[in-house]
Amino acid sequence: MYNVKEIVANKPSRFSAGHRMCAGCGAPPVARMILRAVKPEDHVVISNATGCMEVSTCIYPYTSWTDSYIHTAFECTAATASGAEAAYKALKKQGKIPENEDTKFICFGGDGGTYDIGIQALSGAMERGHDMTYVCYDNGAYMNTGIQRSSATPQFADTTTSPAGTVIPGKMQVRKDLTEIMASHHLPYVAQTAAYLNFKDLYEKAEKAIYTKGAKFLNVLAPCPRGWGYPTEDLMKLNKLAVDTCYWPLYEVKDGVYHITYKPAKKLPVEEFLKPQKRFKHMFKPGNEWMIEKFQEEVDKRWNELLAKEEMTNKSK
Amino acid sequence: MSIRERLSGNEATAFAMKQINPDVVAAFPITPSTEIPQYFSTYVDNGEVDTEFVAVESEHSAMSACIGAEAAGARAMTATSANGLEYMWEMVQIASSMRLPIVMALVNRAISGPLNIHSDHSDAMGVRDSGWIMLFSETNQEAYDNMLMAHRIAEHKNVNLPLMVCQDGFITSHSIENIELLETEEVRKFIGTYKPEHYLLDRKNPIAMGPMDLQSYLFEHKRQQWEAMKNAKQVILDVSKEFEKLTGRKYELFEEYKMEDADYVIVCMNSTAGTVKNVIDKLRKEGIKAGLIKIRVFRPFPGEEIAKALLKAKAIAILDKTPLLSETGGPLYEDITSAMYTQKINIPAINYSYGIGGRDVTEMQIESVYKDLQELKEMEKPYRFLGLRSK
Repeated sequence: MYNVKEIVANKPSRFSAGHRMCAGCGAPPVARMILRAVKPEDHVVISNATGCMEVSTCIYPYTSWTDSYIHTAFECTAATASGAEAAYKALKKQGKIPENEDTKFICFGGDGGTYDIGIQALSGAMERGHDMTYVCYDNGAYMNTGIQRSSATPQFADTTTSPAGTVIPGKMQVRKDLTEIMASHHLPYVAQTAAYLNFKDLYEKAEKAIYTKGAKFLNVLAPCPRGWGYPTEDLMKLNKLAVDTCYWPLYEVKDGVYHITYKPAKKLPVEEFLKPQKRFKHMFKPGNEWMIEKFQEEVDKRWNELLAKEEMTNKSK
Repeated sequence: MSIRERLSGNEATAFAMKQINPDVVAAFPITPSTEIPQYFSTYVDNGEVDTEFVAVESEHSAMSACIGAEAAGARAMTATSANGLEYMWEMVQIASSMRLPIVMALVNRAISGPLNIHSDHSDAMGVRDSGWIMLFSETNQEAYDNMLMAHRIAEHKNVNLPLMVCQDGFITSHSIENIELLETEEVRKFIGTYKPEHYLLDRKNPIAMGPMDLQSYLFEHKRQQWEAMKNAKQVILDVSKEFEKLTGRKYELFEEYKMEDADYVIVCMNSTAGTVKNVIDKLRKEGIKAGLIKIRVFRPFPGEEIAKALLKAKAIAILDKTPLLSETGGPLYEDITSAMYTQKINIPAINYSYGIGGRDVTEMQIESVYKDLQELKEMEKPYRFLGLRSK
């Protein structure tokens, strides 16, 4: 049985305090918990995309990572890791690494480095089946460069390149569904998760991903207090609302079979998720009700599709 | 014991890689270097090497994967040309800044646009100051030999820099020549095993690579790269000496052909040198004192040594196989004239852009250069085109 206290007590953090990520940022607790899912005796090679997480955790001559860590550039996190993993395979085959020593390969990239500039390298590495886990911490914009829209930015969000103007009210396009794109790669394990319910969902999916052989993908929601516009102490509240409104469903796809890991007893209206965030403030102005309606329609459509996929893939199992 | 064979430049390169037996090869096909990963993946699939072949989805990922592999503690190699090299440009700089001795076969081809698949040196020149050691090869034999020396140079503790071995697309990459190969055992003994000091897979000493490197440190790190490049020169000479002992084939920073008494000198790189040598032999019979300097080591650039070798010349023609898009001449011209200036050598030196996009380089063209040099009194019209249809 999952017990967060036991995990924190028994599995030391592999991601040190003293990093320079913002208070209230969703990414550091995600990275720390994912690494806690690694068995203490196993070594990790972390490949990190350029982005908030990289520039605030590995400023020369310091590092927050207790495992081996490599950053090369923005768009090639998966390709860099694929090379390291190939090296591991080659050296192991030649007997240069003892048979009983395991190294795990984990990538961290934001939505910019994953959904957009890095999608080619990601798709390539996943298709090639390298034994690694790619973790996207999705905060829904290019936060590191100052909150520019990405393909993960939800519709109508106010960003610095899709400002809520008098003619164009924010980002007009709906967000890309990267988890589904990765599921279409027919990988052994794809999951969408968030730091919710005492990190249970996140921890269990990370453990499954890391200890399933082959190329795995985790898409993790990572709220950003600056980009989303919420008080830092509301981080966990935002995670909860994203999940309970079904804006960010928690589910996994294992060998093609869908399983929704959390179905809210009462699906909350999406306003509850939108309202606490400054990036959606303009949607609540009189006359803009249509925007909330449209947003709700999109959430419902995707949620219903997901339910249908779960039913269909379990039926044909 | 050496083996006599007939191989194309690409075959010779792939064969050298097979003998080297690297841990990882990551490559993406592009003409005219495509054959190298093709041949190599056959070795992999037939179990003739221990290598993991990573069939990446782009050249950007090819270099990224090489960086990941080399950083992990393995020997990593790749091959590319032209746009492929341009596409990996970002990672080319990162590879050298991380001091990873990756080895690349660069089969020189014109960069786009417009699209052209044939040979010139515009691809190599685009990365000439990115911190890679650059060796050029006149023949298939030289492409093979340079490749066998590559790891010894790149992995030397005073160097730790990536290295590319260049050869001309199609002209040598696809032409079959006689070649002398070493026995694989001899190659492996010569190269030895790779023992990096720090690497990702060293679980007892985890390392963070590629950090954010700000105002307080980046400048010093760049200076260290510069020192490493300077150190490479002596290492190249030492390794080449050792290689000569093994094979009888002599390599230096550049080759001097009939330079003892040469009045008129051409400086060039790669396959054109063969054509120039033929013309020199012919001109010498007519009493014209023609000579050649063929550059093998383009980075680190042996400027001082080249300038000194040119001391006795009356006139010099520097041949750049790159389009002349600069008002101060091609890259080779800039480097040599700059070296001559610092050595206080004032000899008329002119620059020719030639052989662009695979335009044939004929003996007639080379003869016309030596004719121009004989007529050259002062520095006049320093920037010229060779083999262009319209003047």
